[in-house]
Amino acid sequence: MADFAELWPPIRLTLLLASVTTVFLMIVGTPLAWWLARSRAGWKEAVAAIVALPLVLPPTVLGFYLLIALGPNGPGGAVAGFFGGRSLAFTFEGLVIGSVIYSLPFVVQPLRNAFESFGERPLEAAATLRASPWDAFWSVAVPLARPGFITGAVLGFAHTVGEFGVVLMIGGNIPGETEVISVAIYDYVETLQWGHAHALTIGMLIFSFAVIFTTMLVNKRIARVTP
Amino acid sequence: MRMNAAFRGKLGDFTLDAAFKAPAKGVTGLFGASGSGKTTILRCVAGLERLSGKLSVNGEVWQDDAAKLFIKPHQRSVGYVFQEASLFPHLSVRRNLLFGAERAKKAGAENAFKLGDLVDLLGLSALMDRDPAALSGGERQRVAMGRALMSAPRLLLLDEPLSALDRQTKEELFPYLEILHDALSIPSLYVSHDMSELERLADSLVLIEKGRVIASGPLHELQADPALPLMSAPQAAVALTGRTNQIDKTYGLVTLAVDGGSLIVPALEARLGEEHRLSIKASDVSFTRVAPQETSILNCLPVKIVSANVQENDPTHVNIVAALGREGAGARIIGRVTRKSQEKLGLMEGASAYAQIKSIALAP
Repeated sequence: MADFAELWPPIRLTLLLASVTTVFLMIVGTPLAWWLARSRAGWKEAVAAIVALPLVLPPTVLGFYLLIALGPNGPGGAVAGFFGGRSLAFTFEGLVIGSVIYSLPFVVQPLRNAFESFGERPLEAAATLRASPWDAFWSVAVPLARPGFITGAVLGFAHTVGEFGVVLMIGGNIPGETEVISVAIYDYVETLQWGHAHALTIGMLIFSFAVIFTTMLVNKRIARVTP
Repeated sequence: MRMNAAFRGKLGDFTLDAAFKAPAKGVTGLFGASGSGKTTILRCVAGLERLSGKLSVNGEVWQDDAAKLFIKPHQRSVGYVFQEASLFPHLSVRRNLLFGAERAKKAGAENAFKLGDLVDLLGLSALMDRDPAALSGGERQRVAMGRALMSAPRLLLLDEPLSALDRQTKEELFPYLEILHDALSIPSLYVSHDMSELERLADSLVLIEKGRVIASGPLHELQADPALPLMSAPQAAVALTGRTNQIDKTYGLVTLAVDGGSLIVPALEARLGEEHRLSIKASDVSFTRVAPQETSILNCLPVKIVSANVQENDPTHVNIVAALGREGAGARIIGRVTRKSQEKLGLMEGASAYAQIKSIALAP
């Protein structure tokens, strides 16, 4: 019987990374999706395409550029310098930055769709009822876009949990610091620890199913309440 | 004249260039064909659309390009009723009604309307805790009107509030609009392409054609103006206001005094001194040169012919404008007769005649 206690650090790290990443994803993704949904600028689709790039880029390509950017000679290194470090690569903070960029399209797309789905009218109605744009955003747009927020948050979280290539490129496999579940599975397989690999993979399978299934149920319920 | 508006800008394949004034009280109808720009004008007044121009309401300047002034829509005291009710689907009817009210209160605006009064006036008490999705089209539009009025507007804007509804729902909603018309002390602009709505609700009218204002003034004056296209409409009519001065309970008839004469109208319920709006269709008016005797038609009034113009697209008929009273000093009505009759009877400008009015529609 293998010692499964050593499985805990990568699980804990993965959940922490996904949670922190999701918070930043919502903070960055919401205004971005709002702008993409409302702006009449012709070049906004170029921005949308850049945001969507991680969908098609090989993770190694993204990981390579992130590694350079986060490294000692990139802006990441400069930022790390303020905190007495040399580089953001191979750190938890670096992983968060990488994950936010990597998972951004999974948050921005559903949010943008949600913001576009109800059109201008509810916001115009709010404006004629004395609500400032800021007020209308919180009191009308956010509640109406709730399914988009749920989908975006869940997808962002789940996608961060499942990320492998980018993490390996910019984080490596430092236990407790950068070794997340997906990397741990790879390491266990490499070292022929099949029992540990099985435990983590079946866990991921169940987790992923549960996440997607719950999201679908929740969104269906919301759709029934507000057609 | 308390509202002064002038807007100019490109609109599809024509240029909107509309300037008009509207009185401080009552309903001003913006009438024109679909695509004539009337909704755009309304949106400009609300600040939802921005064309170049100038706008002042009740002495407040809301837009003045020369002074680089443009008050944002949420800072204008308007209530806007959209064609589709556009209620907030995530809020109950009560929360919808209070949405503008709470913000108006925060802004320190004084509201003439209390929630309870409006709920009674619009018959909403049974709907308060429902979701908008659970309402019928007519109910939604009533809530939308209440919501707009609860935001303490000083100007009410209605953009074809009835046109998305079926005929029956429209008829159900009319009494509410008429109650509002009587209860409102604030002016309103009512956009419509349906003259029958405006005949019942509007006090004055702005006629819009291809982005331009072709006439504006009191409703009954524009209706009886031979230079305007209203007269050529198949359903052309004149709306008059009369005061009840006699009630005949035996036959269920009331006598209404109008400018230049009195009219007898069937009405089962009436009170002396009450004002009623009545509508006289051109097709219900015929003329005789001598006072008719032994006729079943109740209303035969002496008139003086003001003008006679051949109906547009129909040379067999003539539209006759006649002023009530022997001297022709009263209100004007219109009648449509064949050209043959018109020539035979010599119904020319200045001629004296009697107008027989077959039926008169009385607004409830």
